[in-house]
Amino acid sequence: MKHIWTILKRELVSYFTQPTAYAIILIFLLISLTFNFTFGSFILAGDANLEWSFLFWHPWLYMLLAPAVGMRLWSDEQRNGTLELLGTFPIPPWSTIIGKYLAAALVWLIALVLTFPIIITVNYLGDPDNGRIVSGYLGSYLTCCVFLAITMLVSACTRDQVVCLIVSVAICTLMVLCGYEAFIRELARFRFDFLVEALTSLGVWDHFRSLSRGMFRYQDMVWFFSIIFTCLFGTSAILSAKRA
Amino acid sequence: MIEVENLTKHFGPKFAVNDLSFTVKPGEVLGFLGPNGAGKSTTMRMITGFITPSSGDAKICGHSILDEPFLAKEKIGYLPESAPLYNDMTVIGFLKFCADVRNLVGSAKTEAVDRAIETCFLNAVAHQSIDTLSKGYRHRTCLAQALLHDPEVLILDEPTDGLDPNQKHEVRQLIKRLGTTKSILFSTHILEEVDASCTRAVIVDRGKIVADGTPEELKKQSATGSLHDLFRTLTTLDTAHATA
Repeated sequence: MKHIWTILKRELVSYFTQPTAYAIILIFLLISLTFNFTFGSFILAGDANLEWSFLFWHPWLYMLLAPAVGMRLWSDEQRNGTLELLGTFPIPPWSTIIGKYLAAALVWLIALVLTFPIIITVNYLGDPDNGRIVSGYLGSYLTCCVFLAITMLVSACTRDQVVCLIVSVAICTLMVLCGYEAFIRELARFRFDFLVEALTSLGVWDHFRSLSRGMFRYQDMVWFFSIIFTCLFGTSAILSAKRA
Repeated sequence: MIEVENLTKHFGPKFAVNDLSFTVKPGEVLGFLGPNGAGKSTTMRMITGFITPSSGDAKICGHSILDEPFLAKEKIGYLPESAPLYNDMTVIGFLKFCADVRNLVGSAKTEAVDRAIETCFLNAVAHQSIDTLSKGYRHRTCLAQALLHDPEVLILDEPTDGLDPNQKHEVRQLIKRLGTTKSILFSTHILEEVDASCTRAVIVDRGKIVADGTPEELKKQSATGSLHDLFRTLTTLDTAHATA
């Protein structure tokens, strides 16, 4: 437990002594809020629950930006050889994996918390269901955590950050697109019912949307957490295979 | 106390380390000599628990690196070959992180960090970012990390590589001084270092020990009484494989 904190602290210091975290948080805030007021038609639609105007854009941004935060987690260690230090320190590999993952997740938590002015705005302008907004934010954050876990798994495979970025963005994009309505509607025309159902539940939207509508379903939690844990186990397996 | 028992590592059909056994007692400085690719670094990585041996075991102060890795790793200070460091940290920040990893807290932590900085002459760069350091300072920062927790066993992979003659001298004196109480295993290409700081030396070639003894004993084995000639007759040249 103490070691998780040691690793987490180091990773956070490293995120915030370099421009990476600032740049990504700033870009996320700028784009998500700009989309809210332009394409999201925040003012016109009068949607005080933020579902379509604001939260809708998050998975699209995460699929590009979450890998940028996670790509250095293991690639950098392998390239610099610091993996050898970590591997010979008297700390269990699991604390390192969890510590690093939590650090990346914390960077995104900070980014998401910094969107608070929009919550103040909707509460000032209208009468939103704040419980639903919290649920929507939870869905948004869990989606981000899923993408981070995928990136972490990819970064354990390669020592090249660029390769890690490209591969993780590709995987995350697929997950966003495969459950996307326009795509599913096309597929439904061909009567591939089984495929439609499979892709819907595999993709991000079904799970993200139900939370942003304020619906808490166990199947969504199972989806989010099973992907996260599978990726963390995978990371551990790949790292120990590399040492054998 | 380091006890290496029949340590073997093969990558596919190629043996990097072949049935290696030796011990290093407290108060002993063992020089680990051999040409490039002889398996020196692989051996050290196995003893420190970074890579898993194909067979055999290494015991650090009685703790097997395979069965009790954390107890064994706590006793080891390790300087990897490339002296890997976290480039985004300052020297003192890095050493404090290592102290956290080693479970040093409070005044013990401050004292350990101060002592390591002093021993390795890092005062001038203590608050400097690691990526701005010259090679000599980088090497000594990594050495400071290895000495931090005052370990009973020191494993140093080419500790004088990349240092200027003054620094080389300092490090040799340091090894000699520390060697009076600790068990030290260090690898080198520079045969003069055997005279300067070792109580015993082994020469390895293609994963096997080809000579073992005090520097005087080794010199007697050579017809001309020089370590250089012994080294050249015992180890295979890279070109020998091509012509054979």
